Amino acid sequence: MTDRKGTPLVELKDIAISFGGIRAVDHVSLDLYPGEVVGLLGHNGAGKSTLIKILSGAYQKDSGEIRINGEPAQINSPIDARHYNIETIYQTLALADNLDAASNLFLGRELTNALGFVDDAKMESETAKIMARLNPNFKKLKEPVSALSGGQRQSVAIARAVYFNAKILIMDEPTAALGVHETAMVADLIQELKKQGLGIFLISHDTREMMDLCDRVAVMKNGKLVGSERVEDVTEDDILSMIILGKNPKAAA
Amino acid sequence: MTDQTTDTETKSAEKAGLVSRFFKETELDTRLLGMIGALALIWTGFHFYGAIFNGFGAFLTPRNLWNLSVQTASIGIMATGMVLVIITRNIDLSVGSVLGFCAIVMGVVQVYILPQYLGLGHPMIWVIAVVVGVICGAFIGAFHGFLIAYGSIPAFIVTLGGLLVWRGAAFLVARGETISPVDPTFALMGGGPYGAIGATGSWIVGILGCAAVLGMIALGRRNRRVFHIEQRPVWAETFLAIVGCGAVIGAVLLVNAYPWPRGIVKRYAEQEGITVPETGLFISHGFAIPVLILIGVAIFMTILMSRTRFGRYVYAIGGNPEAAALAGINTRMMTVKIFALMGALTGLSAVVASARLGSATNALGTLDELYVIAAAVIGGTSLSGGVGTIYGAVLGALVMQSLQTGMVLIGFDAAIQQIVVGSVLVLAVYLDILYRRNSK
Repeated sequence: MTDRKGTPLVELKDIAISFGGIRAVDHVSLDLYPGEVVGLLGHNGAGKSTLIKILSGAYQKDSGEIRINGEPAQINSPIDARHYNIETIYQTLALADNLDAASNLFLGRELTNALGFVDDAKMESETAKIMARLNPNFKKLKEPVSALSGGQRQSVAIARAVYFNAKILIMDEPTAALGVHETAMVADLIQELKKQGLGIFLISHDTREMMDLCDRVAVMKNGKLVGSERVEDVTEDDILSMIILGKNPKAAA
Repeated sequence: MTDQTTDTETKSAEKAGLVSRFFKETELDTRLLGMIGALALIWTGFHFYGAIFNGFGAFLTPRNLWNLSVQTASIGIMATGMVLVIITRNIDLSVGSVLGFCAIVMGVVQVYILPQYLGLGHPMIWVIAVVVGVICGAFIGAFHGFLIAYGSIPAFIVTLGGLLVWRGAAFLVARGETISPVDPTFALMGGGPYGAIGATGSWIVGILGCAAVLGMIALGRRNRRVFHIEQRPVWAETFLAIVGCGAVIGAVLLVNAYPWPRGIVKRYAEQEGITVPETGLFISHGFAIPVLILIGVAIFMTILMSRTRFGRYVYAIGGNPEAAALAGINTRMMTVKIFALMGALTGLSAVVASARLGSATNALGTLDELYVIAAAVIGGTSLSGGVGTIYGAVLGALVMQSLQTGMVLIGFDAAIQQIVVGSVLVLAVYLDILYRRNSK
């Protein structure tokens, strides 16, 4: 079981952001410990993805504080997030379809040789190495990723997050486009990364899956945090009522 | 595991037959071959049309092909920049007008301003003029890029405005006058007998070219060995080496086969105090300087696009702008840089165009934007973004120029020329769409 004592890896405090008068995230506080998987649940538009994009630097929060390892962190861009070893797998995968797997994996962080030119051969061989670990069936290293299947594209996106030694991993619907076999693969990977001491935020619609994969689930509705509970303490029905009614049955009781 | 892949790949290659195995092993771009085929068809078509109907095939002569290479230079230089603009899903309609403006600015600098301070014919005049022209273009481009990236104004509108603004500005700078003559050294960058490097120089360029072809093949093999990627078969490498070096040597032989015209030889002989023998003196043109500028630009841009982060980001932004931004790429700054580069290349192109004309007029470069865009698009740059190559754009420029030159040679009038060029553009893009659909 995760040790929830000590300094949390991530502390989100009172985070708020509005888009044109709509409070997409309304003063939400949430934390994440090393080796912990926290699931974020909620309807479409509940603010899960928005909250996570603030942590990954894609959006800038209006107010609130982010602390990484107890220190206040300024995250204003995806590059800032990378400095804190935060890696994100976006729901859309955020792949450039016209580039091959290696170019996507190293996008924005290309390996260069002594002359400052991109070192394609080295990036390709590094990609082959990590793909051999993540998805041994992956062979289409030279093709643009538009030629890959949904599962293969997903493994490129996952490889990108894992390769750079993330400490904090954000996964937005990582299994939405996957078949049974590939979903199991992602679940194994999450367990492995957890053992290595990574903190993982997981977003999904699949309550059953979340019960299996996560240590804790946090439910959002209309931009507000309904509650966060350890999975042992709640039933699937409890979570569903939190999602649908926006009420925490335990708090009410 | 590696053995397994090799096995399956060889098997599937055998199944696909000899032709496709040839393309697979040499890793040649079939699209590139298609374009070269189209070019060969245009060239022989015009030549034999001329031979049959006019009694003289004028196209496949050293003289015509040399002139063709010079005429391609100006459009080709700009087309390499347009590739980047179109890959990132933008367009630049202003290049023709910016070319005219840069040419006028350079004309004013080298004819009206610099001789006052440096004296007429000072050796630094052409250098300063070129630098001013390129910087002028780069600033205009950067300004357009800034409006597009930070003002969120569509590139179409910004550069459509630019098309009118800079043509008008070019008129105002010189009040519509034609500025001539340009500095004599500056004029060499437009080609002509003196603006070419001669037989010996061309052989040196040719040998360097062959060395580059062989060096690239050797470097490729070395990289593949270091990173344990399967080598190309030796026969495929040999084939590429022979074709590459053959093309280079062929080009040298061609440009050296075109002698200076008699009048120029006579004047040159008088100046140098050489007596011209009865049979005449054979002085080769060799590669024209504007063509060498185009080759230099094409090599620079190819390295930029395939070997640097900048080039990688251009393709990434074209493929998925949102993903590029999430990967930490400053997409707005990239847009400014891309348009600045386009502007700088337009400035360089203005050097070639005004040097060739020997003067600067405010009408220089009129309609060039359309030929430049057409060259990039015929060369396989996709208007939906993310796809395009530098060599394709240069070949595209050569195709456009070949069509025009060919029609002039066989005596088609201007109206028919326009109809043909326009139709070919649409047809080329349609064929490209069919090609992409089939290759998926």
